[in-house]
Amino acid sequence: MFQAKIPFTIKMIKETVMCLAIPALVKTIRGMTAEVEVGGAARSVSIMLTPDVKEGDYVLLHTGYAISLIDQDEALKTLDMLQELIDIESGQD
Amino acid sequence: MRYIDEYRDTELGKNLIKRISSLSKRPARFMEFCGGHTVSILKHGIRQLLPENIEMLSGPGCPVCVTPVADIDKAIALAHLPGIIITTFGDMIRVPGSSSTLQKEKAAGADVRIVYSTQDAIEIARMNPAKSVVFIGVGFETTAPTVAASVMTASREGINNYYVLSLHKLTPPVMKALLTSHEIELDGIVCPGHVSAVIGSGPFEFIGIEHNISAVISGFEPLDILLAIEMLVRQVEEGRHILENGYLRIVRHGGNRNATEMMADVFEPSDSCWRGIGVIPGSGLRLRERYRAFDAETRFEIEPQTAKENPACICGDILRGVKGPRDCKLFGRLCDPGHPVGPCMVSAEGTCSAYYLYGGEDGR
Repeated sequence: MFQAKIPFTIKMIKETVMCLAIPALVKTIRGMTAEVEVGGAARSVSIMLTPDVKEGDYVLLHTGYAISLIDQDEALKTLDMLQELIDIESGQD
Repeated sequence: MRYIDEYRDTELGKNLIKRISSLSKRPARFMEFCGGHTVSILKHGIRQLLPENIEMLSGPGCPVCVTPVADIDKAIALAHLPGIIITTFGDMIRVPGSSSTLQKEKAAGADVRIVYSTQDAIEIARMNPAKSVVFIGVGFETTAPTVAASVMTASREGINNYYVLSLHKLTPPVMKALLTSHEIELDGIVCPGHVSAVIGSGPFEFIGIEHNISAVISGFEPLDILLAIEMLVRQVEEGRHILENGYLRIVRHGGNRNATEMMADVFEPSDSCWRGIGVIPGSGLRLRERYRAFDAETRFEIEPQTAKENPACICGDILRGVKGPRDCKLFGRLCDPGHPVGPCMVSAEGTCSAYYLYGGEDGR
């Protein structure tokens, strides 16, 4: 019953999630601007909030600004931990 | 590694849900504070997959939704002034004020422009030196530093036709207000990951220390959220109440120091009114004295109309987690994302909009 207007609204709504931030790969840096790659697309973003980023880093992108550096070691550790939790779980079964 | 797909793995997800189900012995009620979490939980069907023991409530974590009608009216009043260009993020323009929206004003001839970033707003100010460009600053600590950055840029480059209407809100004070009111009893809180990326985990430690409630900072991918719920369930079952960080790849204890310093340089805390909640001391941000020249409220004299809300809309109760979208008489009948009555149906992060688009099981 609620489905009818969805295609129209989803498109409109998806643009605007305010706390949405997405991972991006830093390709080149010039001053306070970085060229980044987001899901295959190139984009120019401000690094005023993360002036220490380097080319090759992954950053979290929010409304045109890199707001945080992504820690690759921690990212891998979390995935390993998830796998471990699940191994423990299967062990219990 | 792309930091997205890895955290959407179906097999890991299924197993994590199995683990949550076997860990969870007693009923527990958790609140996800952030609207981004609400969307992710509903979109990925997480609520339906959790054991019946676990109830998930949505909190006041949608910036547009918590902006009171009186502030929307201020933005609309600014749009009426001659020589003004209003710039704002997309979902703000559809939020109903007392008798209009920015979108309707745009249709009637006001210059209202949607921008993706405050950098775009600055660029519009640069290109239109004869006009006054006002950015409607809505958002939590994730967004406020980007607005601070724009004010610093304008100040440094002498762009003196750029102004900010600061409607920013801070998350720890509202959490404190909700927990102190005891209107709803919670066993755990899923803390906002991207707010924490900026302010760090420290400001949320009070949840465990002062309120004896478990808390976990979470990312936004389905595995992030399931991991946070697993950590919360473990705490509840073991009788622990501390803040844990489940989003270590992004969130550090001290947050992003550059961002918090810029935010503190440009803004100072102020009392702020939240829709459905009221005034919470120190929960807003206003421009500091030395940046007052960029403050739209100081620069322009506006007389917004007396604020008026649709009495049937229960957005306020939904924001406090007291009621759910399905408790609202308007939901899906007179109110939908095409014709929203209240902000919870307008914003992409609004609880009503997420329920409408992705379907929520129960009323909360």
